[in-house]
Amino acid sequence: MNKSAKRTLKYLSLAVFGMFFFSFALVPLYDVFCEVTGLNGKISQSEEGVSYESNTGRDLTIQFVSHNAEQMPWIFRPSEKIMKVKTGKYSNATFFVKNNTDKPMTARAVPSVAPSNANEYLKKLECFCFEEQFLAPGEEALLPVRFIFDSNIPESINNVALSYTIFDITNYNDMEMAHHDGR
Amino acid sequence: MSSVIESHHDDHHHGPAKGLMRWLLTTNHKDIGTLYLWFSFAMFLIGGAMAMVIRAELFQPGMQIVQPEFYNQMLTLHGLIMVFGAVMPAFVGLANWLIPMMVGAPDMALPRLNNLSFWLLPFAFGILLSSLFMEGGAPNFGWTFYAPLSTTYAPPSVTFFIFSVHIMGASSIMGSINVIVTIMNMRAPGMDLMKMPLFVWSWLITAYLLIAVMPVLAGAVTMMLMDIHFGTSFFNAAGGGDPVLFQHIFWFFGHPEVYIMILPAFGIISHIIETFARKQLFGYESMVWAMLSIAILSFVVWAHHMFTVGMPLAAELFFMWATMLIAVPTGVKVFNWVATMFKGSISFETPMLFAIAFVVLFTIGGFSGLMLSIVPADFQYHDTYFVVAHFHYVLVPGSIFSIMAAVYYWIPKWTGNMYDERMGRLHFWLSFVGVNVTFFPQHWIGLAGMPRRYPDYALQFADWNMVSTAGAFLFGASQILFLFIVLKTVLGGKKATPQVWEGARGLEWSVESPAPYHTFSTPPKVN
Ligand code: HEM
Ligand SMILES: [Cu+2]
Repeated sequence: MNKSAKRTLKYLSLAVFGMFFFSFALVPLYDVFCEVTGLNGKISQSEEGVSYESNTGRDLTIQFVSHNAEQMPWIFRPSEKIMKVKTGKYSNATFFVKNNTDKPMTARAVPSVAPSNANEYLKKLECFCFEEQFLAPGEEALLPVRFIFDSNIPESINNVALSYTIFDITNYNDMEMAHHDGR
Repeated sequence: MSSVIESHHDDHHHGPAKGLMRWLLTTNHKDIGTLYLWFSFAMFLIGGAMAMVIRAELFQPGMQIVQPEFYNQMLTLHGLIMVFGAVMPAFVGLANWLIPMMVGAPDMALPRLNNLSFWLLPFAFGILLSSLFMEGGAPNFGWTFYAPLSTTYAPPSVTFFIFSVHIMGASSIMGSINVIVTIMNMRAPGMDLMKMPLFVWSWLITAYLLIAVMPVLAGAVTMMLMDIHFGTSFFNAAGGGDPVLFQHIFWFFGHPEVYIMILPAFGIISHIIETFARKQLFGYESMVWAMLSIAILSFVVWAHHMFTVGMPLAAELFFMWATMLIAVPTGVKVFNWVATMFKGSISFETPMLFAIAFVVLFTIGGFSGLMLSIVPADFQYHDTYFVVAHFHYVLVPGSIFSIMAAVYYWIPKWTGNMYDERMGRLHFWLSFVGVNVTFFPQHWIGLAGMPRRYPDYALQFADWNMVSTAGAFLFGASQILFLFIVLKTVLGGKKATPQVWEGARGLEWSVESPAPYHTFSTPPKVN
């Protein structure tokens, strides 16, 4: 094999490894992309020091939805299914959970917002989804969410659904958590 | 392929070794090309048999022949085997046989790597097929293996599936590296890039695509492996991952992959049309530019497979326009083929029949693709038989017809014998009718709302499904005829001249038929 063929071979092999690592780089890139653009209904945590409070808000309906991931036995439901809120004003909601098994369990709730373009205007100060939830056998709890709608939310949005899916992560605990924790 | 033409150089082997070891140890590009082509044919028949199981089950509504679980396994293996086992290795086989002869090189640049890339394949597919006999059965999550179907809910054999995808990927990557190094470094003096035969161009571009996306496929299955066995959560929402991410990664590989399966066909068809129209190809340069732009665009359209996952409007629009844009260079190619035939003195030998059918039927597939690229329409069509009709039109009378055309066109060069023209034409007409009867009605049942990937369907779809199954069995049976024709040609037949076809151009026609075991040990002159 001559020299130039060796050079071609070298840069092609580098390209192969490069693309393999690129496929893993897609994972954080994807999250960054979703966060920057607010895509995928991912919840944005409210930034510190920024106030979304205002007195010029309008009325909005928010619906709370709960799902149990497959094989998740807990009872999990919103205390209220529908709330009327004003944009630019803080509101509080709660979800009821109960570990109705005879084993201690850990869970994580993953939120999602529909329509997805409402997502960037729904800011949460406090959310049980920021943390793992541990419940002893038979234990129950009221999990709080404190949120505010940015008043810049487009006029066309009058109804927002905030849904949570609760996952059993008891067996995940000893293992390393995913590439990033929670959102 | 048994002819022994003495090479003029003492430092060369004089001919193929004898017996089985010849095939195991060979580093000759013609031998390896032959191995690839036979392997691909075997996979085509196995994958085809699975398609017959699928179509037999769909002959009537209700469950009659197989269990739904087994149906899913057939569907998955059919897709995987046809894509990775039949179409891709056939093109690599053609590349092996033809590229060195077309560029005036004595062999591929990396002959031992070449041997390895072939011999990995029987292992990869042996592993994949053996999963049929494992507990829990073969992979059943579709050729697109979406997580979490392929992770949380997968049968245990998924680990073997992952392993076999890794091996196939390594094989294609090595094959493509070989192709690029050969083309970039071993062309005969005087053959500039813009003088290369279009098949060589098409493979150069395809090989770059493969090098860019096969590692991404490897990455995707590696992440699956880690999710399944090492507790990560790339695709598992419970641990903070996201199943939609899987689809993005898969289609980032998957869309370029569909062009990997069609670009070499573009090259083949260009040669055949030029030959049998007895005219120089119209628009050589625009053909090269069209292939390059298709290849580049193919990296920015992947999400047209995911319009319904809930992307924001801006992304839907972007991917819609980008997808539609691909139709432009594709249209240029179709225009050039038609312009080449225009006022040519055409004769209709078997390769040309397949090539003309390619142009017409591939265009139909392109049009249904355009329909699918319209976002609001795709919300209706997605995951229906319309999509199945679309991709079978581009893959069967597209890629596979081009491979068959290539076999008829070059087999006289490979074996030194002419195939039986009457039988070839019969094979063409049976395949042509079969393919259309099978897949055209699937457009209608798709538009009427029949979802894909189910073993059963509602009664109103019964009639056209029955027609489709009849067509499928006709198509399947005519491939046995193809096998027979090829075998007959290998064993004997009218002797072929070196030129073979009156209008053929290119270096491969300047050597004897059958092509000697070693060709172009001294590079030819190209002007
Ligand atoms: C003008 C060119 C093309 C356009 C605009 C186009 C567009 C599309 C779109 C929008 C889809 C997604 C449909 C859905 O799932 O709802 C699709 C699916 C598909 N296309 Fe094409 N396509 C084109 C050419 C091709 C070619 C040349 C091939 C392969 C040789 C191909 C193979 C496929 C395959 C395999 C699928 C389905 C994958 C699956 O879901 O299993 N397409 N095409
Ligand atoms: Cu695509």
